[in-house]
Amino acid sequence: MTVTPLADERATVAPAAGGGHRSPARMALRRFLRHRAAVVSLIVLAVIVLLVLGADLLAQHPPNATDLSAIRSRPNADHWLGTDATGRDVFARLLHAGRVSLGVGVASAALAVALGIVLGSLAGMIGGWVDGLIMRLADIFLSFPSLVVMIVLAGIFGPSAATMIIAIGIFQWPICGRLVRGSALSIRENEYILASRATGAHPWWVITRHILPAVLPPVVVAGTLSVAGSIGLEATLSFLGLGIQPPTASWGNMLNEAQSLTVIRNQPWLWLPPGLAVAITVLGVNFIGDGLRDALDPKQGER
Amino acid sequence: MGAYLIRRLLINIGVFWVISVAIFALTRATPGDPVAMMVPPEQLNSGSAAYIEARRAELGLDQPVVVQYLRWAGSALTGDLGFSMVSGRPVTELLLERLGPTIELMGVGMLCSILIAFPLGIIAAVRRNTVVDYIATFFSLGVVAFPVFFIALVAIYLFTLQFPILPSSGITDPSNPTLGNTIRHLILPALILGVGNSGRLMRYVRSSLLSELGSDYVRTARAKGASPTRAVIHGLRNSLIPVITILASDLSHLVAGAVVIEQIFAWPGMGRLAVTAVGQNDYSVIIGFALVGAVMVLLSNLLADILYTVVDPRVRLS
Repeated sequence: MTVTPLADERATVAPAAGGGHRSPARMALRRFLRHRAAVVSLIVLAVIVLLVLGADLLAQHPPNATDLSAIRSRPNADHWLGTDATGRDVFARLLHAGRVSLGVGVASAALAVALGIVLGSLAGMIGGWVDGLIMRLADIFLSFPSLVVMIVLAGIFGPSAATMIIAIGIFQWPICGRLVRGSALSIRENEYILASRATGAHPWWVITRHILPAVLPPVVVAGTLSVAGSIGLEATLSFLGLGIQPPTASWGNMLNEAQSLTVIRNQPWLWLPPGLAVAITVLGVNFIGDGLRDALDPKQGER
Repeated sequence: MGAYLIRRLLINIGVFWVISVAIFALTRATPGDPVAMMVPPEQLNSGSAAYIEARRAELGLDQPVVVQYLRWAGSALTGDLGFSMVSGRPVTELLLERLGPTIELMGVGMLCSILIAFPLGIIAAVRRNTVVDYIATFFSLGVVAFPVFFIALVAIYLFTLQFPILPSSGITDPSNPTLGNTIRHLILPALILGVGNSGRLMRYVRSSLLSELGSDYVRTARAKGASPTRAVIHGLRNSLIPVITILASDLSHLVAGAVVIEQIFAWPGMGRLAVTAVGQNDYSVIIGFALVGAVMVLLSNLLADILYTVVDPRVRLS
């Protein structure tokens, strides 16, 4: 009676060490795959990224080549999505614009995450007035209407991709910053941290080796959602004329053409493709972020 | 309660002061000449070089930066924000002209988003995990993902072009400015602004109400025989506390949405003024716009703090 249950026990408990059936990474992957919207979005987004990266190969025309004999023509065999006001191929512009929009979005999110990690860990590790100051800064950045500042910065320093990346990035750092700070604060008093400090570890080493791995999952989620927000912001800014300037194409400034009623009604191929591109990309990245959140942080149960 | 409010007031004023310093730094960073921004254009054009020099000294441009800041802040507080470098009109006048339409748009927009988000959020919370909930949640996620201007373009396509019922530009019909016409012009812009904002708000209402409905006092009420509706109303008031503070922070989103909507619908508001000013390198107007933005943030933070005190007795008594 005492021997068999032991044997059963050993049989039912699957190998728990890494690489086996139950490794944390595997479990996270399974949770992610259960989130159908996220999986679909991942596939759709992969397709979009492939299309965008292969822009040079897929487009039949250079994106900035004007052709005044074919202004505003409907989609046809030569121009798959028609042409714009100066005869440029909309399909080619759409793909190349994707590079710009996605690039700006990812770069801004990366800047936001980097700033958030640096400032958040400083606030958490040092504490005291540094912490208070950084958190006050975070509150200011969060409560300020970012578009107002972006308009002002674009006005003073001139609209460009760099201005946009910096402007968008610096308004998104508090989200990651707070996560990292919270993690730093909660881990700081743990014994293994005190042990590392006691054996002479530099605070920076503690941050990189202990805090960052712990805070990585929520930061990844926050970063992903940041990318979605940044792409949306870039589109809005470029649409207003405050971002990427023509002739360089971005999904936002392609939509700029849709400001006249004639275009909206008669030439939907000019504004529907970039608009849908932005919407699908932002929606998709948001879903992926949700899926990542479910996968990496199962304690966040309630939906 | 008094102590809490006074502390919050001082903090908010401090924040505003810091922001004003940053804005002042921007005025000195512009490629434009501060004299050209602050001096009335008639005097600028007709004045001799000596006169311009005198004005330059008056503005304190040869003085230390701190003095310059104080002069600038002083004149800003008395309402002198300089003159537009494009039209020559006083910046304050331009801004005040456009303030009304923007506030109107943002106010009605917020009203729309509340009218959409609250019922949806309440129903989604009460009928949790049913079809209604899924539809409502998907609506809130989908709506947030679509950029505001895209929704606006589609709406214009549908309601102005395909089925011409609603106008899509301007604040009213210049040849026939009746109240009815004004309202018609307001519907599309305000509705789209509200819809764009309602997604986030609806999810907040839902999760807040859900957590209240699961709490002990609601369960006690049900146990003592209250009907489900009565219990929901019981929990509703407490669930509104965090939501009200969210409304105040929604201001940033409303402002951003308003700027875009003003551009699309040719609404004569401040956002449109600012975007045009950027295109024309009209630095004085841009700086004025920045200041107005900072004041709005200050006011909305104060309002949120006051509301918080009023709605949540725990804050009052702490």
